[in-house]
Amino acid sequence: MKLTLKIWRQARGAQQGKLVDYEVDGVSEDMSFLEMLDLLNEELTVKGEEPVAFDSDCREGICGMCGVVINGTPHGRGNSPVPTTTCQLHMRSFSDGDTITIEPWKAEPFPVVKDLVVDRTAFDRIIQAGGFISVNTGSAPDAHSVPAPKLKADIAFDNATCIGCGACVAACPNASAMLFTSAKVTHLANLPQGQPERYLRVKNMVGQHDAEGFGNCSNIGECAAVCPKGIPLESISQLNRDLISSLFRKDGFKG
Amino acid sequence: MPDEIKTTAATGAPVATSVPASDADYYTIGEEINDAKANTDLPIAEVWPDRQFHAKLVNPANRRKMTIVIVGTGLAGAAAAASLGEAGYNVLNFCYQDSPRRAHSIAAQGGINAAKNYKNDNDSTFRLFYDTVKGGDYRARETNVYRLAAVSANIIDQCVAQGVPFAREYGGLLDTRSFGGVQVQRTFYARGQTGQQLLIGAYQALERQIAAGTVKMYPRHEMLEVIVKDGKARGIVARDMVTGEVTPHTGDAVVLATGGYGNVFFLSTNAMGCNVTATWRAHRKGAYFGNPCFTQIHPTCIPVHGENQSKLTLMSESLRNDGRIWVPKKVEDCDKDPRQIPEEDRDYYLERIYPSFGNLVPRDIASRQAKNMCDEGRGVGPMVKETDEDGNTRQVRRGVYLDFSDAISRLGKGGVEAKYGNLFDMYKQITSDDPYEVPMRIYPAVHYTMGGVWVDYDLQTTIPGLFVAGEANFSDHGANRLGASALMQGLADGYFVLPNTINDYLADNHPGQLPDDDPAVAEAVSTTNERIQKLLSIKGSRTVDSFHKELGNIMWEYCGMARSEEGLKKAIGLIRELREEFWRDVNVLGEAEDLNQTLERAGRVVDFFELGELMCIDALHRRESCGGHFRVEHQTEEGEALRHDDEFTYVAAWEWAGEGAKPVLHKEPLVYKAIELKQRSYK
Repeated sequence: MKLTLKIWRQARGAQQGKLVDYEVDGVSEDMSFLEMLDLLNEELTVKGEEPVAFDSDCREGICGMCGVVINGTPHGRGNSPVPTTTCQLHMRSFSDGDTITIEPWKAEPFPVVKDLVVDRTAFDRIIQAGGFISVNTGSAPDAHSVPAPKLKADIAFDNATCIGCGACVAACPNASAMLFTSAKVTHLANLPQGQPERYLRVKNMVGQHDAEGFGNCSNIGECAAVCPKGIPLESISQLNRDLISSLFRKDGFKG
Repeated sequence: MPDEIKTTAATGAPVATSVPASDADYYTIGEEINDAKANTDLPIAEVWPDRQFHAKLVNPANRRKMTIVIVGTGLAGAAAAASLGEAGYNVLNFCYQDSPRRAHSIAAQGGINAAKNYKNDNDSTFRLFYDTVKGGDYRARETNVYRLAAVSANIIDQCVAQGVPFAREYGGLLDTRSFGGVQVQRTFYARGQTGQQLLIGAYQALERQIAAGTVKMYPRHEMLEVIVKDGKARGIVARDMVTGEVTPHTGDAVVLATGGYGNVFFLSTNAMGCNVTATWRAHRKGAYFGNPCFTQIHPTCIPVHGENQSKLTLMSESLRNDGRIWVPKKVEDCDKDPRQIPEEDRDYYLERIYPSFGNLVPRDIASRQAKNMCDEGRGVGPMVKETDEDGNTRQVRRGVYLDFSDAISRLGKGGVEAKYGNLFDMYKQITSDDPYEVPMRIYPAVHYTMGGVWVDYDLQTTIPGLFVAGEANFSDHGANRLGASALMQGLADGYFVLPNTINDYLADNHPGQLPDDDPAVAEAVSTTNERIQKLLSIKGSRTVDSFHKELGNIMWEYCGMARSEEGLKKAIGLIRELREEFWRDVNVLGEAEDLNQTLERAGRVVDFFELGELMCIDALHRRESCGGHFRVEHQTEEGEALRHDDEFTYVAAWEWAGEGAKPVLHKEPLVYKAIELKQRSYK
């Protein structure tokens, strides 16, 4: 396949970037999208042009490191028949002669570092605000001492699959990270181990979410539509229910 | 007479003009080395409690005054940083990713072993210990493995308490399954994402400590040097990968938990960023490197599709629980639709050759048999071009079937989906074949490295104050790692071992942080900057990746699934030539003071060159077959690995002797007191 790529180039620290056109030839349909970019970068290097910076690591769709906006949708969801990460999008989703636009995640709390690389450390700070269970190492009770109902454990699991890639934010017109935050809240709220801190957790995490500059959820649903792991919108409902409950509970307040 | 090895003036890198003849041309033998921390006179079950009791303590008030530098945020690194932070130490934690949550432990799929005996199937700590030592082909240290088995049950408790959503049965209790190389059901799992769930658990514990202020996190930082002062590790030099700033970070002790080095092969199941730099830099500063040639080839990966492929994807070994592996009996059937090949024309070769373990034989055996079937011409899938040792090209099919049709008729499509759904989706996404309809195609690929930095029972290296945990050390898996035990080792080291051993060192060594103008610090920073400047100044014609791919091809061809004396010697010569060319002709664009991904990769390839050579030397000297190390000269008439316990029951601990100088081999004899040394049999 021969493709025309319009890629966002932005120097580190620059306020402005721009789309630059590149031609790439010899793309096979078995290649992943990132392997196609590797091919372009090899050619650029040989020509003496600086390669395009982009993030990726496991290239198995699980680490959450990769992620670009392809033809207007995060992870190229508009081109892929199934939910996917950028590394698992394959070139068989494109045709010979296509023009593909490639941009970084766009959201104020995710500043561009360089080219297609953005800073997502705001997500870590949301987890720091309470996305954990406070248990110290080495003193846990036997795992079978607290049974967890399978149905709830499965809901917890479905939400625990969030890879923190940030596609939900990039897809949201309001740059909301509510899907990400709700995935962690719902994961822990559905396990018996997560109950003691449940209501304080949701308040603190939402507080941090807002402080980072992410917008509020306006129920558009783009986040869930692009989520490579299928985190459902219902998780945001769970977050909202727990958040409202926390206002009426003593354990929702900091002691 | 061996030919002289020339070194280039520019880099000191040796250039092979021809292949030397004897082992003495490649390495020298040094003094024996031993672990002095485990009291092996005690019954094996008492060794760890004894060590815990005798290890010195640091009182909580003094811990606040001590700084521990931890590199890596995978299972071992994040668990150690969280636990040591919680214990009250100041922890500085580094990772090259943008968030500690992305470490490659996240990609482990299948599960984690623990001797809980929840299934009442005769499991015990001793059985897990026995299986692991046997699975590792009796090349692991007995005391370390027993400790691993002993703390395994605590790991499950810890993770469940953290909210790790393991698979559960309807009664609310944890579910388990079995894995390759064992006959009990001791593997705890979280669908096909066990690594992710365990890592997120450790990450959450880590973030909790970051919020509490005990851990300071440095994401997008790459460690490039170890700072050693008066023979003791006192810190690291790291490059901020965004600004390019190179700065020292010092403390009272250093822990490396930086994973394995499988990416020396270029194509592997490792994440793209996995590298050997942290441990290799430690090796160059005096830490011995143990058993570098022990590489695990994982049997169930998606086969290579083309020349521009960047990595290989693993399909969880748990698939072998229900999938049946076969190839056609007749070569002429190999290009047929597998569904058209009748039962009597299929060769379920693992079930045939190894009736008691069948499709669950250990990884080394399953991998080698897949290769044998393809070498016989009975592989399936597309023809791929290969170059043999004489430079001739040939077309071979590199794939075998992993067939779920029996499982689907037994469990129903829904049953199979519940167990393996995400793996099936992943396979379809990558290959565009639907494994519910057509059997999967799999082939072995480089996965895990059992070799690593030599450590004693405390996980301390030959540099006092430098500790190495998880895949980065050599200690627990011998020559082959059983499934579901990498996660176990990472968490055991991080949560339960290091927090109980590092204090013994710190109690006597608390010199604090070094000033930036200390000569040891200044030297480490300046050599790092020089290396970076040198890479940027070459401005040659070849890309970094083209060198890495070429190195990977050499390693896979000559130091991969089968090794021979002739091939290894040839490989060493080729690596030396390629390295010389690299230093002369590599093209690294961009600047040092910027986010520069080519520069990052170039620095890693530099270290892979040196490691690759040492791997070949290690493989050359070990004239036996064991685990992931298969020497073609040492096999039984049936083609099984042939160990030579009388000569090689030791750990090969290699000492760096300087650039262009021959490495020094120190042998650590392996003594088996609790377990009888036996030839492995899975028949």
